[in-house]
This record gives sequence, structure tokens and C-alpha cells, in this order.
Amino acid sequence: MLLIILLPLIAAIIVGFWGRRLPRGASHLICCSAVGISMVLSFYLLWRVNQGYRFDDDIYTWLDLGFTRLTIGFLIDPLSVLMMAIVTFISFLVHVYTIGYMKDDKGYARFFAYISFFTFAMLMLVSANNFLQMFFGWEGVGLASYLLIGFWYTRESAIKAGMKAFLMNRVGDFGFIIGISLLFATLKTANFSEIFVRIDELQGLTVSLFPDYELPLITTICVALFFGAMGKSAQMPLHVWLPDSMEGPTPISALIHAATMVTAGIFMVARMSPVFEWSDTVLSLIIIIGATTAVFMAILGLVQNDIKRVIAYSTLSQLGYMTVALGVSAYSIALFHLMTHAFFKALLFLAAGSVIIALHHQQDLRKMGGLRRIMPITYITTLIGAWALIGLPPFAGFFSKEPIIEATKYSTLTGHHYAYIALTIGVFLTACYTFRMIFLAFHGQPRFDVHHDRGYQAPKESPLAVTVPLILLAIPSIFAGFLFIKPMLFGNFFDRSLVVASEHHAMVDLTENWHGIGAYFLHIPSTPAFWLALLGVVVAWFFTLRQPQASAVLIRTFTPLYKFLINHFYFDAFYEKIIARGTVAFSRMSTLVVETMGIEGFLVEMPIKIVRWSASLLRHLQTGYLYHYALAMVLGLLLLITRWGMI
Amino acid sequence: MMIGLEPTLTHYLLLSAALLTISIIGMIANRRNMLTILMAIELLLLSSNINFIAFSAFLGDMNGQVMTMFVLATAAAESAIGLALLIVVFRRRGEITVETINILKG
Repeated sequence: MLLIILLPLIAAIIVGFWGRRLPRGASHLICCSAVGISMVLSFYLLWRVNQGYRFDDDIYTWLDLGFTRLTIGFLIDPLSVLMMAIVTFISFLVHVYTIGYMKDDKGYARFFAYISFFTFAMLMLVSANNFLQMFFGWEGVGLASYLLIGFWYTRESAIKAGMKAFLMNRVGDFGFIIGISLLFATLKTANFSEIFVRIDELQGLTVSLFPDYELPLITTICVALFFGAMGKSAQMPLHVWLPDSMEGPTPISALIHAATMVTAGIFMVARMSPVFEWSDTVLSLIIIIGATTAVFMAILGLVQNDIKRVIAYSTLSQLGYMTVALGVSAYSIALFHLMTHAFFKALLFLAAGSVIIALHHQQDLRKMGGLRRIMPITYITTLIGAWALIGLPPFAGFFSKEPIIEATKYSTLTGHHYAYIALTIGVFLTACYTFRMIFLAFHGQPRFDVHHDRGYQAPKESPLAVTVPLILLAIPSIFAGFLFIKPMLFGNFFDRSLVVASEHHAMVDLTENWHGIGAYFLHIPSTPAFWLALLGVVVAWFFTLRQPQASAVLIRTFTPLYKFLINHFYFDAFYEKIIARGTVAFSRMSTLVVETMGIEGFLVEMPIKIVRWSASLLRHLQTGYLYHYALAMVLGLLLLITRWGMI
Repeated sequence: MMIGLEPTLTHYLLLSAALLTISIIGMIANRRNMLTILMAIELLLLSSNINFIAFSAFLGDMNGQVMTMFVLATAAAESAIGLALLIVVFRRRGEITVETINILKG
């Protein structure tokens, strides 16, 4: 079991330190085989856990504090093992894909070292049995994300995007740290199972984070933890880093910024379900933030022209769906959607990457078109991914998204009506932007530049290393939905790893209304989401293929609105103008007041002045005449003898 | 007690104290010749020598006289260095007047 986690780390170390001296083939051989073995073992473990195997123990004591021990330990239960299987599976496919995608890149070995390291950190995160280790993994994936976004370190925009991601994540992590610290301070333990057993002790306690202002403890902890999840899972208003992270190489967008790392927040909340269940306030907050993210990010997806950014906004929106599912206490649906989303979103990203390499790193949708015939495999797999994304039956997305919307209907928490409406609109928007992307990229007339000079290669289907992962991801994108919906949602796969309080009955109601796959299919036509998805496709078709000039007319008519959207609701501008500039201005002021006047002026200059002033007085005592000194010596001696009787 | 009698310890101590006073006054009151200061220092050491010898005889302990020898040796070394310094000062400044030498003035 330990091997699953350590293999990627070992591979990362070998390739990271000695990769430059190894032949190119060796780098990917080491990393792919390490992650591959890790994947096989994960699936074996998944099977064992499904048979009832559990593991929760410390294997190494890191720090003994007397009242508690900080340890390195692992918690293997259905929740973590499911995540491990997803992570290693996607990671393995991305490793393979990278062989094809990064073929000509100078940092080949470095790239493999990073993604192997990322896999290790992510596995640490999901398999931890205490907060500190989880935090270690949490920061590890953040670091890997930063390194990989800024992978092309000669591009200024890549470095900036990396920095932005890192900083935005710091904001979230700060909340996460507060949450951990509060739990640790009150319960004196970092171990999950101990926390979950003793969480009811916190009931009714308060904490004063601000002077003279008491807050209920559990709510504060949950808000802080969820704030961490918001940073990592890019929920509004901490979402701005995710679209920019698309500066990184496409495999990274697929692995980190779609399938695994961004779901760490979702995973964390699910893992903490026994804590979150105690606070209705926070659950409502989660619903509202999730729903807002889901619908507004989908709107932004409509106006993007960069193929990767469209998918990035779609990721944001889908993460919003998962968050809503968490909020209505339907943790299993959130994880189910997380899983199917990991498959189809990784698929979409890798397909987008396939298009991008075929067009020589052209990412602008307006300069694509007509690729359907040139790249049939990519086209078909993208189509499968898109169907799954918009939730068309019988693809995977349908089975995970539809229950989320229904769960909001059954929920009784504040904000569930809003969430229901937002998510339903979100379905329509999702279909719109997804098929807008597909129609622009694969249908219509080719709009890419064709050079006729020597050395130019016309777009062609990508190599096997690229297409095989696409096909392998397309398979679960089709089947994962109806194969796993029953055990994961309505069966007892998760056993006791997810806790739902009895008053949050959305999931129970959902289970009561479940009459098997067949009945589920029959009720499709009665769901608004299904028809809205179809409508979305039609609208997208109308505006891109049928009447391309119609969208231009719309843009002209609603210019201010369009500008508002193309500038991402001015979130970036707000952060830059108010927060960043504000910080700089504050720093300037601090420099003046604290540094120049306070430290330099008072603490440094003042003693100097005092010394100089007193010296100017005392120096007159130094006459330089020998007889004065002799007199002083004698007088001193006399004083010593007579006054204190010394000598 | 004063005249025609054997000198007692008191007389020696009085002599020594007188010499000490003379030497200190010589050091402090002298404003002219630096050489005088050196001589005053010699006088000061001699006064302590007299003390040593007087007590040595009074107590019948030879250690006091041994100490005198050390003091003499130290005095010789001290005056050698003092004279050398004096010569250096004279060479640089052309005079050894105490009053004008105040380059240590703050």
C-alpha cells in the first residue's frame, strides 16, 4: 500500500535529479512504470476495500508533544481509495499522453519529475489520516501546480499565471490553516478518526477570532476549512487563478487543473463531512457559493475564444456543481460527479491538447474549424467528452449531474431554491459553450493559417501516445455513469467514511425515489435539465454554424454586457486594482512611516544622536594633560580607600 | 623619643609617607619637564621600597627584602621605557614640556 504512494516520489526524485543525464526514453520509462504500477496497486486496493478491508494507523511518529503525537499515518477507506484510483488512473494516462505531447520540449525530464511529484503529493493528500499530513499533500500539490503552470519559464505570462495561482491558493490555505489550528487547539489532536468521534464536544462552544465578538466554534472551523477548499477548488471569488493556469502545458491542465488537484477541496469537505454536518449555516454558504460559481463561470465560458479557457471555465462551473452537492449533504453524489468529471474533463483537455499540437500550438478557436475530417479520433472522443459534460444520457455526466440537481430540490437548507434554478440554467449554458467550442473547432470551414513554406506540416491526427489515452478516457466517460451510480450513490460503497446527519435528508429522499436504471431512463423526458441541454446544443449550433454573424450582432447590441463578460466580471481588475495596488500603496506608506521614520529615524538615528550629544559634553573632561590624569588617579585611590575601605 | 634614639618603625613609615607625598606633588604640580615626572615615579617606588624594608626588619621576614629587589628591577625597566618614550617625544616635538603635550585632548 505504501508502495502506491512512494513509487511516484521515487520516480520523481530519480528523474528530477538525474534526468538531464538520463536518455529521454529513460525518464518516461521510469515515471510511467512507477505511476502505472501505482495505478494497478490502487485498483487492487480498491477491490480489497470493496471487500471490506480497512486501514487506519500511524506508521511513523514525527513529533511527540506529550499530550498528543503528530504522526505520518494512512487512512484507507472507500473515500480515499476511490480518490487514489482516480488520481493514479488519470495520472498514468497523462504520463503516457505527455510522451506524445512534450516530445520536442527541452524540459522533458523535468516535466516528468514534476508530474510524478504531483501524483505523490496528491496521493499523500487523499490517503492522510491526520490534518498535518493532509496539509503537507495540500501544499505539495500547490507547489507542483505552481511549478507546472510556470513550466515554460521563459514566457512572462506563464510565470505570472503561476504566481497568481500560488498567491490565490495562499489566501485559501490561510483559511485552511485557521480551521486546522482551531480544531487542533480545541481537541488537541490532528487525527481524523479521533476528531470525528469527539466533534460533538465542540457543540455550543464559541471562539472569539475578533475581539469582543463571539462566534460559534464549529461554524467558524467549517467556514475556515471551506475557505481553503474554495482556494483549491477555485470557487468564487477565489477562482481567478484557474483560467490563467491554462498557461501551463495541456497535460497539466488535464491532470491538475481539471481532474485531480482542483477536486482536493471537494475531497477535503467530503472527508470532513462529520464536521460539516454540524453546521447548517456553512452548508448553506457552500450551496450558495457553489451555485453562483456554477452559473456565472458557465456564462463566462460562452465568450472565451481560447479553447483551453473554455474548458477551464467549464471546470469551474462543474466544480460549482460538486460544491452544491456537498452543500446539500449529498457527499456521495459530489464524489460521483468528481469521478465522472475527472474522466470526461481530462478527456476534453487532452483532446484540446491534441488539437493544439496538430495546429502547432494554436489555441484560438477562431482560427480552427473543419478538423472533424482531419482528426477523426480526437473528434469522436471530444464529442463523447462533451456529451458526458452536458449530461446527455446515457453518458457518465448525466448520472452524476442529474442527481445533484434533484438533490437540491429535496434539500431544505437555505439557498436550495436558488441552487436548483442556478444549476438548471447552468445545464443549458454548459451545453451552449461546450458545443460552441466543438462546432468552432471541428465543424465548418477550416480557418487556420496554412503555410506553404518548407517544413510546415499540415494538421494531422496525433500520435498513438496521444490518442490511446483519449480512447481509454472515453470509455469510462461513457460507462462510468450507469455502472457505478447504484453502488456509489444508493449502495453502501462509502460505508461509514461519509457521515450525513439525519435532518439533512436530500440523499435519503433521492434513494427512495430510485427505482433502478431502467426507470431512471424513462424519467429522462420529464426532467427540464435534459431538454435544456438539448436546447443549449441547438442554440450553439445556430450561433456558430447556421448564423455565425448572429453572434456578432448580439455582441454589437449588448456591447457593455459583452465587455463585462470578456473581462471576467472585472474580478481580475478588482484584484489587481484594489487588492494588489492597495497592498502596494499600504506597503509604501508603511515604508515611510514605519521604516523611514520609525525604525530608521527613531530606533537607529536616535541613539546615535544621544551618544554624540553626551560625548560632546564629556569630551571636555579629557584635557590631555598628564598631571590631570595623575591627579584623577590619586583622588580615585583616595576615594576608594577612605570611602569604601577597599584595598 | 624624637632625637638621639634608635629609629623605630614609625620613623621609617613617616619617611616613606613623606617621600610618597613629594612624588605625587611632583607629578601633579609639575607643569614643565616631563623628566621630573619620571623622577617622581622613581621616588614613589623608592618610598614603597622603604616600607617593604622597614616591615621586613620589623617582622623579621626576608620576603619583604626580596620584594624590594623585584621593585628595583621593575623600576629600572620602567625608567628605561619612560626615557625611551621621552626621547621619542623630544625627537618629534623638539620639547618635553608637560603643559604643551595634550594631543590626547578630547
